[in-house]
Amino acid sequence: MWAVKTEKFMEVKNCFHCGLDLQKEDQIVFDEKVFCCNGCKTVYEIFSQNDMICYYDFEKSPGATPLDISGKYDFLDNESIVAKLLEFQEDSAAIVSLNIPHIHCSSCIWILENLQKLQEGISTSQVNFPQKKVRITYNPEVVSLKKIVHLLSSIGYEPYISLENYETGKNNVDRSLTYKLGLAFFCFGNIMLLSFPEYFEVKEFWLDTYKPFFRWLIFALSLPSFLYSASGYYVSAYKSIKSGLLNIDIPIALGIIIFFIRSTFDIIMDYGSGFFDSLTGLIFFMLLGKMFQIKTYSFLSFERDFKSYFPIAITRINTDFSEESVPIYDVEKGNRLLIRNQELIPVDGILISDKAEIDYSFVTGEAIPIAKKSGDKLFAGGKQIGKVIEMEVLHSVSQSYLTQLWSNDVFQKNVEQKHKSITDKVSHYFTPILLLIAFAGFGYWIFIDANIAFNVFTAVLIVACPCALALTAPFTMGNVLRILGKKKFYLKNALVIEQLAQVDTIVFDKTGTITTNKKSNISYEGITLSEDDLLVLKNVLRASNHPLSRMLYDFLPECKRILINDFEEITGKGIQAIVDGILIKVGSAEFVSKNEENNIQQTSVHIKINETYFGKYIFNNQYREGLAALFKELSHTYQIKVLSGDNEGERTSLEAILPKSTELIFNQKPEQKLEFIKKLQQNGQNVMMVGDGLNDAGALAQSNIGISISENVNVFSPACDAILDANEFNKMNYFLKLSKKSITTIKMSFALSILYNIVGLSFAITGNLQPLVAAIIMPLSTVTIVSFVTIASNFYAKRLN
Amino acid sequence: MPNQLIFMSVIYLLISISIIVAVFFFLAFVRAVKTGQYDDDYTPSVRMLFDDELIKKECDENIQITENHLKP
Repeated sequence: MWAVKTEKFMEVKNCFHCGLDLQKEDQIVFDEKVFCCNGCKTVYEIFSQNDMICYYDFEKSPGATPLDISGKYDFLDNESIVAKLLEFQEDSAAIVSLNIPHIHCSSCIWILENLQKLQEGISTSQVNFPQKKVRITYNPEVVSLKKIVHLLSSIGYEPYISLENYETGKNNVDRSLTYKLGLAFFCFGNIMLLSFPEYFEVKEFWLDTYKPFFRWLIFALSLPSFLYSASGYYVSAYKSIKSGLLNIDIPIALGIIIFFIRSTFDIIMDYGSGFFDSLTGLIFFMLLGKMFQIKTYSFLSFERDFKSYFPIAITRINTDFSEESVPIYDVEKGNRLLIRNQELIPVDGILISDKAEIDYSFVTGEAIPIAKKSGDKLFAGGKQIGKVIEMEVLHSVSQSYLTQLWSNDVFQKNVEQKHKSITDKVSHYFTPILLLIAFAGFGYWIFIDANIAFNVFTAVLIVACPCALALTAPFTMGNVLRILGKKKFYLKNALVIEQLAQVDTIVFDKTGTITTNKKSNISYEGITLSEDDLLVLKNVLRASNHPLSRMLYDFLPECKRILINDFEEITGKGIQAIVDGILIKVGSAEFVSKNEENNIQQTSVHIKINETYFGKYIFNNQYREGLAALFKELSHTYQIKVLSGDNEGERTSLEAILPKSTELIFNQKPEQKLEFIKKLQQNGQNVMMVGDGLNDAGALAQSNIGISISENVNVFSPACDAILDANEFNKMNYFLKLSKKSITTIKMSFALSILYNIVGLSFAITGNLQPLVAAIIMPLSTVTIVSFVTIASNFYAKRLN
Repeated sequence: MPNQLIFMSVIYLLISISIIVAVFFFLAFVRAVKTGQYDDDYTPSVRMLFDDELIKKECDENIQITENHLKP
C-alpha cells in the first residue's frame, strides 16, 4: 500500500520532485525516476533512505530544488541572535517558529511534521498552513538551530528568517471573539435548559415554588453574556455616538439593552419569566454571524495571496552566467538579477555593478534619480535609469509589498464609485430611520399590549440588517478579483472592476501589444556585420527593454558579455552606447540620420556604428492569435483605436484584419499618444488603454484604465491598473463583459437586501416577529446575500465563457 | 404533596452540581483557546489524513528483517 508509486512510462517530461520541465541533456535518472538536477535527486534520496517516500503521495511533484546556502546561515552561530529567534529556551528544550514560504500543499505539511525522522534531536514539529509557519521543538544540546535550518534548506524548504520581524516583538493573536462566542453559547445553552420548567406552563406546585430559584439562576447566567459577549457592540455604539456619527451597532446595542432591562424588570415584578433565553440566543447568533464574516474575509485574502501570483518576471543570472527569465516569486536570496533600463527592481538587494541611477518615484514620489555605487542597498520599487545593472537579492519581497506599491495613492485615479456612494448614503440615513420606526412601532403598540410593544421594538432594531448592503460590494468584488486572477488577468484592486464596466473606448498600442514578441521573422539588409560588431550590438540591446530590442536580442546568436559605457535610451527613437570608444546607434531611420529613399515602409531597426551606416533589421510582424475575432467582437460595443509609434507600413495588413470602424494612427511619439487619449477624454469618452507598460507608461497613466500586456519578461509599471497575461489576450471581451455583470450582481443584491429589510420590518411592526426569530434571521440574511453574490458571479463567469 | 416537596429541595444541590460541571467544561474550553488550538483550523483537516503508525511499523519491520539478514 505504501510502496512507492512508479509512474507509468508515458512521456515523462517533468522532474519527479519539483515538476519543472526537463532538459534532455541534464536529466538524471535514479530509482526509475527522472529528475531535473542533482539537487532534486538528492532530496529524493534523503527521503527514500529514511522511508519517507510518502511525501510524493499527497501531491504530484511537491518539491523545490534545494539551493546552495553554504555560509548563508553562519549568523545563527551567534548565541544572542538565536536567543532572539527562539520562542522558548531551556537547557534541554527549545522551540522555534520558522516562516517557510514554500509551504503550499499537503505533502509539505506531511514532511515538515515528520522532521524528527530526518534529524535526531528534533522532537516534534507542527505546521500552521495559512501562516506558512512551522513550529519546531528540539533539544539544543543535540542539534543546533543552524543545523535545523540547513536540514530544511537541503530538502527544499528553506526558511525565511528576517531579523527585523523579531525586533518588533511577538504579535498577540486576538482571540477575544472566540472567547465571547464560547461564553455566549455556554450561557445560551444552559439558560435554555434551565428554562424548561417555564416552557411547559403547567400549574405544578413545585414548579411554582422553585420558580424564583430558576429565574434568578437564569438571570445570573445571562449576566456574563450580556456584559462581556455583547460588549463589542456597546463599545462601538458609544464610540460612534461620541464622534457624532450613527453606525449600525447603535440599534443593536440599544435593542439588547432594552431587552435585558425589560426582562429583569419582569422577573423582579413577577410579571413573567423574562426573555433571557431570547436575549442570549440573540447575542450568540449575532456573534456567530460576525465570526463567519471574518472567516470568509480572511479566506478571500488568503486565496489572493496564495493562489494568484503576480506575473512579474525578472531576469536572473545563473551561476553559469546564462540568463533566464523567472517569475518573481521564485527569486531567492543570493540570486543575481539583471535590471535593464526602466525596469522595476522587484526585491531588496545589493548593487553589484559599479554605478546605477535609481528612480524611486514609485516609492517616495521623488522623480530625481539617486546615484548608487557598488555595495549600496537597493530597495524594491525603484526603477533603473540608464545602463543595465546587476544586483544580488537580499531577500525576496512578499507579494503584498508590491501590491501595496501598486495601490499607492500616487497612482490612484479618480474613479467614480457609484456603488460606494449608494452604500454611504444609505448607511448615513439607515440608523436614524430605523430608530424612528422602532420608536413609532413601540409608541403604537404600548397602548394595546405592553408585551408586544417591547417585542416590536426589539425585533425592529434587530431584524433590519444593513450588513447585506455593506457586504455586497466587497464580496462580489473579492470573488471577481479571484476569478480574474485565476484566468491570469490581475487587477490592482476592486475599483478597477467598476472602471472596466464604464469603458466605452479602447486604445491599443501596436508593437508588443497586438503583435507578439514570440514569433517574428527578422531579416537583415545591408553591410554584413562582423562578429565583433554583432557582439557590441547584442550587448547594447541587452540593456534595453523595448519589444523590438528584446526580439532582436533573442534573434542574435549567443555571445559573451562586455562592458557598455554611456548607455542611453531615447524613447520613440532608439538606443545608443559607447563600447571601447566606439559609438553605436540603434533605432529608427531618423535617429541614425538615414534618409529612407524606399517608399516601402516596414518595421525596421537601423544600425550605425561610428558614423558609418551599416544596415537595418526588418521585422515582419506577427499578430496575436485571435486578434481579428477579438476586434470584431469588441467593435460591437466599443470604439477601437490602434496607436503605433511605427510607420504606416502595416496599414494595409491591419486594415485587412481589423473591422472597418477601427481607427489606425501611426508615427505616434509617446507624448502624442498621451495627448490623443486626453483629447478623447475631453470629448467625454471613457478610455481604456492597452499597452506594453514601458513606452506607454504616460498614456497608461492618463487613460481611465491602463492595462499592460505581459509576455515572458514584463516591464511592470505601477502606473497601470491591470496586468494581462499575453496568452489570454483574446479573452479581453470576456473580461470586460464579466466586469459589467459583476456590477449587475451588486445591483441585484442591493435590491434583494432592501426587499429583505422591507419584508422583515413589516413583520416586525405588525407584532408577528419574535425577537429570537429576528436574531436568527439576521445572520441568515448575511449568509444568503454572501452566497447569492458568490454564486451569481461564479455563474456569470461560467456562462460568459 | 408535602413529601415530594421535601425531597424536591435536593434540586438545589443537583442544579448547583450540574452548573459546576458545566463551568468546568467551559474553563477547559477557555484553556484550549488560550493555548492556540483554534488559531489554525485548516491544517488539522489535512493532518488527520496522514497515517504515521503504519509506516513506523513497516519501518521497524524492515529494520528487523535487514538486521536478521545481516546477522551471520
